[in-house]
Amino acid sequence: MQAEKFSYDNQIVKQFMIAALVFAAVGMLVGLIIAIQLYLPDLNLGIPYTSFGRLRPLHTNAVIFAFVGNIIFAGVYYSLQRVVKARMWNDKLSQFHFWGWQFIILSAAVTLLLGITTSKEYAELEWPIDIMIAIVWLAFGANMFGTIIKRREKHMYVAVWFYIATFVTITVLHVVNSLELPVSLFKSYSLYAGVQDALVQWWYGHNAVAFFLTTPYLGLMYYFLPKAANRPVYSYRLSILHFWALIFLYIWAGPHHLLYSALPDWAQSLGTVFSIMLIAPSWGGMLNGLLTLRGAWDRVRDNPVLKFMVVAVTAYGMATFEGPMLSLKSVNAISHFTDWTIAHVHVGALGWNGMLSFGILYWLVPKMWGTELYSKKSANFHFWISTLGIVFYAVPMYWSGVAQALMWKQFTQLGVLQYPNFLETTLQIIPMYIIRSFGGLLYFSGLLLMFHNLLMTAKNGKFIKDEETEAVPYDREADKLQRGLIHRWLEKRPVKFALLSAVVILIGGLVEIVPTFLIKSNIPTIAAVKPYSPLELQGRDIYIREGCVSCHSQLIRPFRSETERYGEYSKAGEYVYDHPFLWGSKRTGPDLMREGGKYSNLWHYLHLEDPRQMSPGSIMPRYAWLLENQLDTTTTASKIKAMRTLGVPYENGYENFANRDLSKQAALITEDLRKSGAPAEADKEIIALIAYLQRLGTDIKVNKAGGK
Amino acid sequence: MLSDHFSGIEGISLYPVISLIFCFIFFAAAIYKVARLDKKYLTRMENLPLETFSENKNNSEMINEVTQ
Ligand code: HEC
Repeated sequence: MQAEKFSYDNQIVKQFMIAALVFAAVGMLVGLIIAIQLYLPDLNLGIPYTSFGRLRPLHTNAVIFAFVGNIIFAGVYYSLQRVVKARMWNDKLSQFHFWGWQFIILSAAVTLLLGITTSKEYAELEWPIDIMIAIVWLAFGANMFGTIIKRREKHMYVAVWFYIATFVTITVLHVVNSLELPVSLFKSYSLYAGVQDALVQWWYGHNAVAFFLTTPYLGLMYYFLPKAANRPVYSYRLSILHFWALIFLYIWAGPHHLLYSALPDWAQSLGTVFSIMLIAPSWGGMLNGLLTLRGAWDRVRDNPVLKFMVVAVTAYGMATFEGPMLSLKSVNAISHFTDWTIAHVHVGALGWNGMLSFGILYWLVPKMWGTELYSKKSANFHFWISTLGIVFYAVPMYWSGVAQALMWKQFTQLGVLQYPNFLETTLQIIPMYIIRSFGGLLYFSGLLLMFHNLLMTAKNGKFIKDEETEAVPYDREADKLQRGLIHRWLEKRPVKFALLSAVVILIGGLVEIVPTFLIKSNIPTIAAVKPYSPLELQGRDIYIREGCVSCHSQLIRPFRSETERYGEYSKAGEYVYDHPFLWGSKRTGPDLMREGGKYSNLWHYLHLEDPRQMSPGSIMPRYAWLLENQLDTTTTASKIKAMRTLGVPYENGYENFANRDLSKQAALITEDLRKSGAPAEADKEIIALIAYLQRLGTDIKVNKAGGK
Repeated sequence: MLSDHFSGIEGISLYPVISLIFCFIFFAAAIYKVARLDKKYLTRMENLPLETFSENKNNSEMINEVTQ
């Protein structure tokens, strides 16, 4: 057969790369700002848009979907074309994908700052954006499959499998977790409530980490590490096992420990075994990466690209070892809700995703501009300060996580909490927050250094927009006659391959999600638990808008140290009207599950105006604007209606009277506040938020009092 | 807190058993298949990104190396 001439599209790779760099800067800068806000709360300048609760989701979304996302696309578009020996299927589709994704990112940035959020972690974006994500994601998939189908290389290299699995799984996760009922253009309620919502969310959350931050990056590792080292991957066999084991186990082992905790002891141990088993494929992958460099370690010493990659792969190994450990009950009892989790995710994010991205960029830019890297010295320096940055980030976070958890649990000899005031434990770890932000600053400076280096590199070279090449098309007819082993058969047929990986993840996914759907009917309703009043519902939506959930949990675990501090532990039946659930994942402030009735209305009023009036040294942001903002009551009726559609038992037609009840309740609270001397006005947002806070957890408290 | 509700689901205790059996079969099959892959294929795949093994000698990677 005759070789065909064609070219690789480098333009699209360049576009995604530039976008990734810009959003890396934005995402990390926002991260740095909120890290500093944790010891200088007034850094938000007292305006809503820059307060912690709104910036935190902006930070996570920017680094995950904007920085890492764009790196994934850049890397996939570069490597896919080359391993299948074909130009991307459709240049226009590539451009649609690019601009669509950037538009989504901008919409995300704007809406999150405006407080438009579903509050579900890493899925905060509201429904119109969710739909855009689905469309653009499918365009990416179509372009990828189109390219694979018209390939000139018979077999699909292992990197491509990881890309396909990523595409398939993220599609499923996104759809299942985004099921929500729109109330207005920018507001929706999750279809699921309470415990069920939490289970679906963390099924999504866990697997999003697996299939957005891990599998595509492993694909990139399997392409770029051999390229950079100029030697084949250590073991192709191992990479096949790595692939199937990883996609199979990840989706099973996820929040399975929740499920297994329901089972007899022997079955629980089995659940633990599952989580631990996940270490095997992860470490198989890590070793495969590291051993690719066997005999080439001398080159690692003077090649910054390889250095970045080695640290990245090592960080991957560390994070995937730690993950299963964190799923052990006894470890989780300490680590959960603390900075330990923050340390863990940043070893993954800064170490694995960040360092691998940097390595790829330092390799790719000289290649695509047909030149040498501008300064190897600067890249080496970048390597050292980002590695140091990770250390200065992670160590203080482990420290503060463990220290705070131990303080939360410390009882005196008399059997009372040693640190009954939550704030005391916060103040102890402030120095750690300061060191952590220094680590972040180091890492961020490294990024800027890289900008300069890459820019100068590009200046010195000339961008190769379309890389001319040629390859012999593969003879599909002749191939039909041959019969390979099952796997070779599979990977020659991308669509079948995609289907099979879909089956694999769906089986695992179903095993996990089916009990989640069954559990609803298993949650006993508690007669005392009533739907929120209209005012409380509005207050709850303000709580969601301001991102209070990023610092406050609403989940009291059945430990004595928690029931002593926060009150009766949480019952599943208490959450049945919570669309969405607000359990939170981090206790920067105390749990609020039973906040109702703990303090006076006045306390909350003054505390929200300026937390330091009531709690000197508090790191909670001020919410002074809530005292000024008019509560929007035009939405009440549609919210009540939406909730009823979701199964919350508001009487038919209640939406017509809801605002009347709302005003009544607001008047009561305002009257009380005024009596205590606060210049409160009934139509302000703060009244609704106070109503919500005073309601929290009282259903059961009232019940108890009534029973006595 | 969750455990009580999960344990109420009918047949839930079958879950780990099914999982274990399924996992076992899956891995046994995967290992078997991988062990039987032929050496020529493996070498070819390993070198695919590097192109040293390709029949198309004059492809982009080679050009890259020459131009540098
Ligand atoms: C940056 C993290 C942070 C955010 C965001 C945050 N808080 Fe706090 N919150 C704290 C900390 C720390 C404390 C403990 C010190 C104190 O009393 O101020 C606290 C305490 C509280 C308390 C008192 C709890 C108790 O039982 O003593 C309430 C109520 C509260 N916050 C409500 C809110 C609400 C409502 C929001 C959103 C509008 C919010 N917080 C946002 C950190 C935060």
